[in-house]
Amino acid sequence: MTTQTLQPTATPDQSAASQALPTGEGLGGAEVSGSVAVLEALIAEGVDTIFGYPGGAIMPIYDALYDYNDKIRHILVRHEQGGIHAGQGYARTSGRVGVVFATSGPGATNLVTGLADAQIDSTPLVCITGQVFAHLLGTDAFQETDVINITTPVTKWNYQVTDASEIPEVLAKAFYIAKSGRPGPVLIDITKNAQLQKFAYKGYTPCNHIRSYRPKPIVRKEYVEEAAKLINAAERPFILFGQGVILGKAEKEFQQFVEKSGIPAAWTIMGLSALPTDHPQNVGMLGMHGNYGPNVLTNECDVLIAIGMRFDDRVTGRLDKYAKQAKVIHLDIDPAEIDKNVKATVPVWGDCKETLPLLTQLVEAKQHTEWLQRFAEFTQKEQEICIQPEMNPDSEVMSMAEVLDALNELTNGDAVIVTDVGQHQMVGCRYAKFNKTRSNVTSGGLGTMGFALPAAIGAKYGAPDRPVVAIIGDGGFQMTLQELGTIMQFGAQVKILILNNEFLGMVRQWQQLFHDRRYSFVNITSPDFVALAKSYYIEGQKVSQRATLKAALKTMLDHDGAYLLEVMVGKENNVFPMVPQGCSVSEIRLQ
Amino acid sequence: MKQEFTITVYTENHIGLLNRIAIIFSRRKINIDSLNTSPSEIEGIHRFTIVIDETEDVVRKLVRQIEKQVEVLKAYYNNPEEIVWQELALYKVPTDVIAEKVKVERLLRQYGARAVVIRKDYTVFETTGHREETEKLVEVLAPYGLIEFVRSARIAIIKDSKGFHEKLKEFEEEQPGEEVVENEYLNQREALFPDTGY
Repeated sequence: MTTQTLQPTATPDQSAASQALPTGEGLGGAEVSGSVAVLEALIAEGVDTIFGYPGGAIMPIYDALYDYNDKIRHILVRHEQGGIHAGQGYARTSGRVGVVFATSGPGATNLVTGLADAQIDSTPLVCITGQVFAHLLGTDAFQETDVINITTPVTKWNYQVTDASEIPEVLAKAFYIAKSGRPGPVLIDITKNAQLQKFAYKGYTPCNHIRSYRPKPIVRKEYVEEAAKLINAAERPFILFGQGVILGKAEKEFQQFVEKSGIPAAWTIMGLSALPTDHPQNVGMLGMHGNYGPNVLTNECDVLIAIGMRFDDRVTGRLDKYAKQAKVIHLDIDPAEIDKNVKATVPVWGDCKETLPLLTQLVEAKQHTEWLQRFAEFTQKEQEICIQPEMNPDSEVMSMAEVLDALNELTNGDAVIVTDVGQHQMVGCRYAKFNKTRSNVTSGGLGTMGFALPAAIGAKYGAPDRPVVAIIGDGGFQMTLQELGTIMQFGAQVKILILNNEFLGMVRQWQQLFHDRRYSFVNITSPDFVALAKSYYIEGQKVSQRATLKAALKTMLDHDGAYLLEVMVGKENNVFPMVPQGCSVSEIRLQ
Repeated sequence: MKQEFTITVYTENHIGLLNRIAIIFSRRKINIDSLNTSPSEIEGIHRFTIVIDETEDVVRKLVRQIEKQVEVLKAYYNNPEEIVWQELALYKVPTDVIAEKVKVERLLRQYGARAVVIRKDYTVFETTGHREETEKLVEVLAPYGLIEFVRSARIAIIKDSKGFHEKLKEFEEEQPGEEVVENEYLNQREALFPDTGY
């Protein structure tokens, strides 16, 4: 077989783009095509990797790309959904904007799931879709679809270009909007005539202001002061942190705040890895399958400090019984999040990179020893009833938790862990250890099965020096397994760990607990995953015995290349603790 | 408690923005009673006037979602006491009825209707006013062979608004200073959320 060996390599910092004012000067004043202008814009923005799939309406851009092969890397995915999830994975580990190409019609509609995922998880993306010639718009032309209207609800911004001369300015806006403020996906639809059209190119100027757009609300000091007053007077304050800390690149500022205030801190699934797992004040995960203490004590704290999180229903459980006793301080960059689900006593609008240091300055240095002890008591109970039995099951069949435990021993918390959706995702997030930020890549808000494999490919290109382990269920893997072809062709060293319970486990768990064990279409059969991987020239093995697990994990991690390890786990294991839907967080069940 | 609110939105004049705003309502299964878009007092800036029947809590959240859109400059909501508003209505009535029946002529005068077109077969009248007024005239004209009726969306002026020029200057500032007011809600917070004890 012929493989292009384009290993992910370290790349120059994207922030170089902001200094490049204006770029593409070599072409300034020249007549260039819209397609060339697109690629010049990407280069000026410091883009090193594009995930995409060609087609009729985007052919002029791909034709121009042919001449840019030495400046920009294009990863040919096997499905546009895989392309956009890869873009998401890349953005999540690198902190840069993910770039995706797709053609019109089906190419564009295949992006929709990824756009919705990126929108709800605030992932910065610029997607460029081809479109039919402008004169054919609205004629039901071949591969024409109204992609702007289809994607409006799932994009932060979108725009259709019909004239090439718009391209530099529109792409500059696209990158600015995608990455500024609360990040999100942007889609630019470019008609074929605009890609072909020649125009007088005046260079590329990055955008840093749009008059109708306020990426960051201005910090109001009086609210920071008010928040500090509440925190200093609190006896049982509790920090909830979300992805805002990571998106704001404020991990250091956050840790300083946590350490000076001495307040216990719990994370949402999107906030995971912003604070090291073994930090003494990291008390665990919030929400439906979160830890025991953080859930129960949410309803006992006196001041709740929410940082860069949005009180998703999976975090709050029943809202009218959620933290009613507490005064709520809410730090968020998006004003629309304040009071959306939980009313804030003190709203601290702004970028937490700016607000957290202000707050840290004003809070008194404290150690909430007794209060932290309360969390430790709950942890103890969860360990006894839940965690230890899961880590050391008294059956021959392995549990997902013990696989994670073995993996932690080998990675020491240095790996990027990409998870799909379902039971393995909850177990993965609960048990995986993290030392570094931007290490947890998962589909949090949308819960997109099939996310992990393509996202892991992108994650590897975004963090080429780090091991990337994709933990995937047997169901989710079968949704996007064609991306094994992408791994085969471009050689991303992704470690694929399939936890196979021969069920759509999370749905089965709900059917068991809430639908009287009526297992309706959750019994899913699988192909021989190892043979499948081999057919893509990817090494792999299957493990069913505990005795061989650690060696197999080590082989996977040490292997020079991508690797697929299938681990058979208990068929009818459940994920606990669990806050049943419609219940309060304090009604969390341990078994 | 649901009540009538008028939402005023200042936007850039861009294709697709109407859809972006409309889906904020339809996504939450909220019906728009009336929607008008028109130029504003500032060239290039458009003004949406949207009327819905909802609780204030919902309206406040909707307005924040609208204001979050990249091409929206500002969004406000007001109750009917805070605005001056009008709607335009057109009525098509058979000309012979008006000519023959004195009562119809009197009704039209009473409601301040003006003739826009007079033909042998029909006459078109217009009135402007609040919905109750224009609707009442439909009722009273119905027995006399009202052929057609149409009413425009609401347009509204906010009583205590000082226009948008000053606001726009703020938006055009590249780096707004400390004194720039970011959002009314924060300033009016005490008045808006008396129950938060803040």
